[in-house]
Amino acid sequence: MKKSLLAIALLAAAFGAAAPLTASAKDISLLNVSYDPTRELYQDFNAAFSKFWLAKTGDKVTVKGSHGGSGKQARAIIDGLDADVATLALAYDVDQLQEKGKLIPKDWQTRLPHNSSPYTSTIVLLVRKGNPKNIKDWDDLVKPGVSVITPNPKTSGGARWNYLAAWAYAQKHDGNDEAKTKEFIGKLFKNVPVLDTGARGSTTTFVERGIGDVLLAWENEAFLAQKELGVGKFEIVVPSLSILAEPPVTVVDKFAKKHGTEVVAKAYLEYLYTEEGQEIAAKNYYRPTLASVAKKYESQFPKVNLVKIDNDFGGWQVAQKKHFADGGTFDQIYQK
Amino acid sequence: MSIKTPTQYSSYHTKVARSRAISEPVWVRWLLVALMLAFLTLFLIVPLVAVFTEALRKGFDTYITALIDPDALSSIKLTLIAAAIAVPLNLVFGVAAAWAIAKFEFRGKSILITLIDLPFAVSPVIAGLIYVLIFGLQGWVGSLLIDNDIKVIFAIPGIVLATVFVTFPFVARELIPLMQAQGKDEEEAGLVLGASGWQILWRITLPNVKWGLLYGVILTNARAMGEFGAVSVVSGHIRGMTNTVPLHVEILYNEYNYAAAFAVASLLAILALVTLVLKSLVEWQSARIAGEQEQALS
Repeated sequence: MKKSLLAIALLAAAFGAAAPLTASAKDISLLNVSYDPTRELYQDFNAAFSKFWLAKTGDKVTVKGSHGGSGKQARAIIDGLDADVATLALAYDVDQLQEKGKLIPKDWQTRLPHNSSPYTSTIVLLVRKGNPKNIKDWDDLVKPGVSVITPNPKTSGGARWNYLAAWAYAQKHDGNDEAKTKEFIGKLFKNVPVLDTGARGSTTTFVERGIGDVLLAWENEAFLAQKELGVGKFEIVVPSLSILAEPPVTVVDKFAKKHGTEVVAKAYLEYLYTEEGQEIAAKNYYRPTLASVAKKYESQFPKVNLVKIDNDFGGWQVAQKKHFADGGTFDQIYQK
Repeated sequence: MSIKTPTQYSSYHTKVARSRAISEPVWVRWLLVALMLAFLTLFLIVPLVAVFTEALRKGFDTYITALIDPDALSSIKLTLIAAAIAVPLNLVFGVAAAWAIAKFEFRGKSILITLIDLPFAVSPVIAGLIYVLIFGLQGWVGSLLIDNDIKVIFAIPGIVLATVFVTFPFVARELIPLMQAQGKDEEEAGLVLGASGWQILWRITLPNVKWGLLYGVILTNARAMGEFGAVSVVSGHIRGMTNTVPLHVEILYNEYNYAAAFAVASLLAILALVTLVLKSLVEWQSARIAGEQEQALS
């Protein structure tokens, strides 16, 4: 008798406590599944967005993050990691969410400005202080005795941008002779002692474990390593030609609908395009797309001659098939 | 009428072995000891010291801050939950399997033994992928699960499943040889005297193997808390939600947060040390009891 009374009292208390909560502010949880080097960016951005959303709607948003190699993360979402938003390294991985998982509509990339890429980046070369191997451009990477660190293009988005940037350079210098280009890339990968699965793993290999003479890195990752990890220990070398990397973002419709978070998820991504969002991106060394912020941070980013994935490689679908699918150029050169 | 347990045999053998070893030349003995010590220092002591020095490099405050960080606390909680479920499950399973294998003859026994060893034989990554294949959204029952709002992988159930799988064999592997060596004479005697199955289990079989059982539990627990590979595949790596302690260490390390990474890693190192101490205690205790029995018998 006493026990049941207690239970009723407890239940009443629970309902009493729950009722006012549901009536006023909501506690919302968002999951952002992202690629490897965006940890610092989204830690800053999530805090800013929570503040913004609280002020706007009175709801408290907690954004949880998961980071890893872009391809691996896409795979996890397809396998059921229920991300509300996906912020990956390249469009092909987001395409997979559509093709393999049917989680987003086909036209996902047109839903937000700039091909759904709120910030861009490029690929640069990070060398040790004083540039002891005198690395100036891509062709210095194929010299014997130069040890190059890059992640695995099969799992890492950054690594695919690295690969294509090197390819674009070689292609231009070999006068479009594909056999020669392949030979160049083959020599380059002969100089790679470790293939980590994600960009962050490679940076750790290069910076912390001290392996390699040059790291092929996202510009943002190179800045981070140079300015925050080993001040004065590294130098950024801007190659004569690189690639415009556009990391796209999307709401994962199927999961967001299930969680009832479509509105917040959309607002979260749109906030990336606002001045505040762009400032945070620029501070984390991503190239902003908003003109006013881009101008403000102009001096921070070196001017690079950039090829585009859509113009020079026919888009990610074509590039992926040709280079990174099973039997693609990467397999051909790596198996030799 | 004395039945010699394996411990008795081995203590007898050690005595013989030792007297032979002593007849080796002095320099050979010293060389072997020096080699062993060098090896131990290089592979065990140096890394252990390194973990603690790195963890405390930025001072004790940073160390504590890293441990009471909400994400770290949630990873500790998750690890404890996974171990709290995996250990009892494998305890029950291990006793049942060892009982069946050691005390009964049946068809397919060798297949059962092989199956129990399977988690040792396959790579933990494969163990994780199996669950992704079954419970993933594209897997066999994935869409069924999502329609009913049940989350298995990339959530706590998946982590528990993976942990149970990799720690499956420890208890059974520990008990089977012990039970086989003890034979079934005592159980048969109990049966003849009219004991029920439960009475035989509680009064004869379990008391006979309790030290082996404890040893198995300690090993299971250590592995459950330390497992990385299988859990990594099914975790989804969501901060503060699906990261266990080993995964949290990796994340911190990848975030260039080395002091914090080593601080959390030091928890695992402490766990390992505690495990070793417990293990030695158990071994010492069971050897002592075996010794007493030997004396009583002679």
